[in-house]
Amino acid sequence: MKRREFIQLSATLSAGAMAPVALTGCAERPLPGTGEVVRTPTVCNVCFWRCAGTVSTENGRPWKIEGNPDDLHSTGRFCTRGDGGLGMYTDPDRLKQPMIRVTENGQQRFRPATWDEAFDYIAAKMNRIKDEHGEDRLCLFSHGPGGSYFRRMLTAFGSRGYTQPSFAQCRGPRDVGFALTFGEGVGSPDRTDMENSRCIVLIGSHLGENLHNSQVQTWISALRKGATLITVDPRFSVAAGKSKHWLPIKPGTDMALLLAWMHVLINEGLYDADYVDRYVNGLDKLTAHVQQFTPEWAFTQTGIRPEVIRETAREMAKAAPATVVHPGRHVTWYGDDTQRSRAIAILTALLGSWGREGGYLAMENVNLPRYPLPDPPAPKNNWMQAVQGEYPLAPAGIAQKVIDGSIGDDAFFKGWFVYGTNLGYTIPGVTEKLQQAAQSLDLFVVVDTMPYAITGYADVILPECTYLERLDPIRNSPEREPSLAVNFPAFEPKYDSKPGWWIAKHIAERLGLGDWFPWKDYGEELDWQLRQVGSSLDEMRRIGVKKFPRTTPKYFAPNENRQFNTGSGKIELHSDLLADYGHDPLPVYTPPPTRPDEKHLHLNYGRAAAHTFGRTINNPTLFELMPENTAWVHPVAAGDFGVSNGEYVRLKNQDGVESLPVRIRVTQRIRPDSVYLVHGFGHKESQLGLANGRGADDQGLITRILVDPIMGGTGMRGNFVTLIPEEASA
Amino acid sequence: MIRYAMVIDTKLCIGCGDCVVACKTENKVPAGLNRDWVVEATTGTYPNLKTEFRSERCNHCAKPTCLYACPTAATYRWEDTNIVLVDPNKCTGCGACIAACPYDARLIMNEGYVSKCTFCHHRVEQGLDPACVSSCPTRCMHFGVLDDPNSTVSKLLASREHKALLDETGNEPQVYFLT
Ligand code: SF4
Ligand code: SF4
Ligand code: SF4
Repeated sequence: MKRREFIQLSATLSAGAMAPVALTGCAERPLPGTGEVVRTPTVCNVCFWRCAGTVSTENGRPWKIEGNPDDLHSTGRFCTRGDGGLGMYTDPDRLKQPMIRVTENGQQRFRPATWDEAFDYIAAKMNRIKDEHGEDRLCLFSHGPGGSYFRRMLTAFGSRGYTQPSFAQCRGPRDVGFALTFGEGVGSPDRTDMENSRCIVLIGSHLGENLHNSQVQTWISALRKGATLITVDPRFSVAAGKSKHWLPIKPGTDMALLLAWMHVLINEGLYDADYVDRYVNGLDKLTAHVQQFTPEWAFTQTGIRPEVIRETAREMAKAAPATVVHPGRHVTWYGDDTQRSRAIAILTALLGSWGREGGYLAMENVNLPRYPLPDPPAPKNNWMQAVQGEYPLAPAGIAQKVIDGSIGDDAFFKGWFVYGTNLGYTIPGVTEKLQQAAQSLDLFVVVDTMPYAITGYADVILPECTYLERLDPIRNSPEREPSLAVNFPAFEPKYDSKPGWWIAKHIAERLGLGDWFPWKDYGEELDWQLRQVGSSLDEMRRIGVKKFPRTTPKYFAPNENRQFNTGSGKIELHSDLLADYGHDPLPVYTPPPTRPDEKHLHLNYGRAAAHTFGRTINNPTLFELMPENTAWVHPVAAGDFGVSNGEYVRLKNQDGVESLPVRIRVTQRIRPDSVYLVHGFGHKESQLGLANGRGADDQGLITRILVDPIMGGTGMRGNFVTLIPEEASA
Repeated sequence: MIRYAMVIDTKLCIGCGDCVVACKTENKVPAGLNRDWVVEATTGTYPNLKTEFRSERCNHCAKPTCLYACPTAATYRWEDTNIVLVDPNKCTGCGACIAACPYDARLIMNEGYVSKCTFCHHRVEQGLDPACVSSCPTRCMHFGVLDDPNSTVSKLLASREHKALLDETGNEPQVYFLT
């Protein structure tokens, strides 16, 4: 028998009571807001942007969420998802009580448990791991602010293993690429100064469909003021439709274009010579390197005409330094992603826009003291060396390497905490590995608000309440102006769910580590922190957001001399560090994988404004707005496959993996050789009443992974699918 | 009659649907029903394309055919404005207004009466913008009084190319789209 069979939660859950549906009922409907309205400051957690706002209830019922005008993440306006955040609270399919895996008559299932039982179970297993393998063999997979309590608990125990799929599956390459060039990364929220840009260049970045609030707001405000938008995307994205220049590039050839742009800037003398003289190393090597990458050559790769390449390069230079070549966010595409991010960073340096108004600014947060805690035990082993030693330039945990490092009897990791991340739908091609890890781990804990697929592997499932029912760590993210924001519970936790801090504190207490959570209520810690900077929890409950003055300049001063945090102290166009580790010191072009045959189309994917990955599909409000994704195909491709608009097909990839049925959307907005899917759909869990069976999962179709040799990112864009009309596959 | 208008900049609208969610929550519109919706209109062939996003709703027509069609006077104008409302207590659910509206802007509530966009008159009364307008993250929506030449809506219509939907019906729709 398998150590851990995958268990669908539905059977266990259907026994639970359904939440009542809030319906007002009678014809006499009072106008909204005429009842008793209570407002509570919130920090949105529908995505990780964490906009600050206000939750309103009317007569004790959930009413609405609005942005806080003092908050620069939102300027008083939440995005589509944030405005639909109450659905996270009302979702009747939420996790309702702790559950423990049991085996009865040879059958594995979950049984409802008390919190005490769950804590005892977890503490006993952790102590056993400590005795048998060492205290450093647990790892946390995390997404979201609440991961910090579990990290604290595990650090106290002696385990430093920590990974966020947002590194190797998303932003890692750009942060490494920019750090190699400028000595520091882009950060999040991204330090683009778009509101002051006169020219914005998007490389496959689909702002607008990707709705990170202040990103979109600053981008649109630049367009309102007449900034030039240049969008490079094979698909006619929303952003492409707002562009002065849309460059419908052949998929995967962006590097050729970036190199040709460097060629034009250098050969036409359009780069910022002053800036380059003062701050930059390696122009001579770059100049020699890019001579081969003429616009005429780039045309053969990208399909973008040489005169368009020249004209757009000139536009960028004309607006410089108020030109942002946007770093993108999800940039794990073709395996050369750190190098492509380097190319973007190099262009940025040539334009002189790093540290300059309208280019990249220095964001600032509040110097907020940490709550005093005991000294952590020294790590017994270097876990990064143990599981991802072949990527010495990766500054963070590489999720898929951590999974590899948890498979087998001699694996480094023996226990997992998975907080707020549905790994199988987040890391491409990982299903089998997850199953293997589930067979060899000694402890598998999932903490989440919803019964996502990942819960099927767990020994223990811990239901966290939503952000609307708990305190979260103080939001102190870098912004144009520093500010703090606090998330207060607008509701009591529903069902038997609990805040993350409460869960982590109790586990720590079971382990004898209670002094790491030395208070009764997490609010005490927040209040202490706030008092160090002249505020308090009470004040924050009144105002939600507190602004602080900047203490550092936003931009470089004119003629300022500065040191960069790189080997040479300069901005490095040519990277000796990369050369030392056996990588190309200057970005080179590698042609992308080609279609195996005429019947296979490039699989491309992206986001929609209505959803945050797969985490909101089951949110009743957002589900209504977008209940399923569609497979975009060009009319020519639709003709070739004999499919029409609205018809269901399955997508089958080059390795034979098939998706759930997905509707065809025939549109001119895509190339005839490509298919486009919005990410996050295709859940196969019947306990997700709305999301189950809706649309196709792109992650499942991404089985060919192009690994970034520098930082271990999982390039996802080298996959191809063919269309199988639904009746044929039945 | 005071003329309220909505002016929406299609050049800046990203089709995000926030206006739809904000309306639903503000006005407690039941599941499955919507007072506003977003249309994507793409023209041309790859790669010569144009996409227009339009956030659409009741046009609060100056000549509202729905109001003329209503046999019970349940459909009425709010105070002395062009804002068209429905009184649920007078509405019999006969559906004459639904047939008479060129924009398909009316919906039938589960209880049987007809409902629609109110231009959020309950907010307008307090000097606030409608919920959809004040939630739009791109600030592409504007609301105000057309009779005032200095209002944002008047200035935008004076300075920008614009259109209204199905102008030819003679309804004099008051939701304008900057193009
Ligand atoms: S961007 Fe949207 S979903 Fe994300 S935190 Fe802000 S309002 Fe919430
Ligand atoms: S909220 Fe604004 S940007 Fe979004 S669809 Fe509506 S009108 Fe357009
Ligand atoms: S004006 Fe009010 S009722 Fe009308 S669509 Fe906007 S939010 Fe809805």
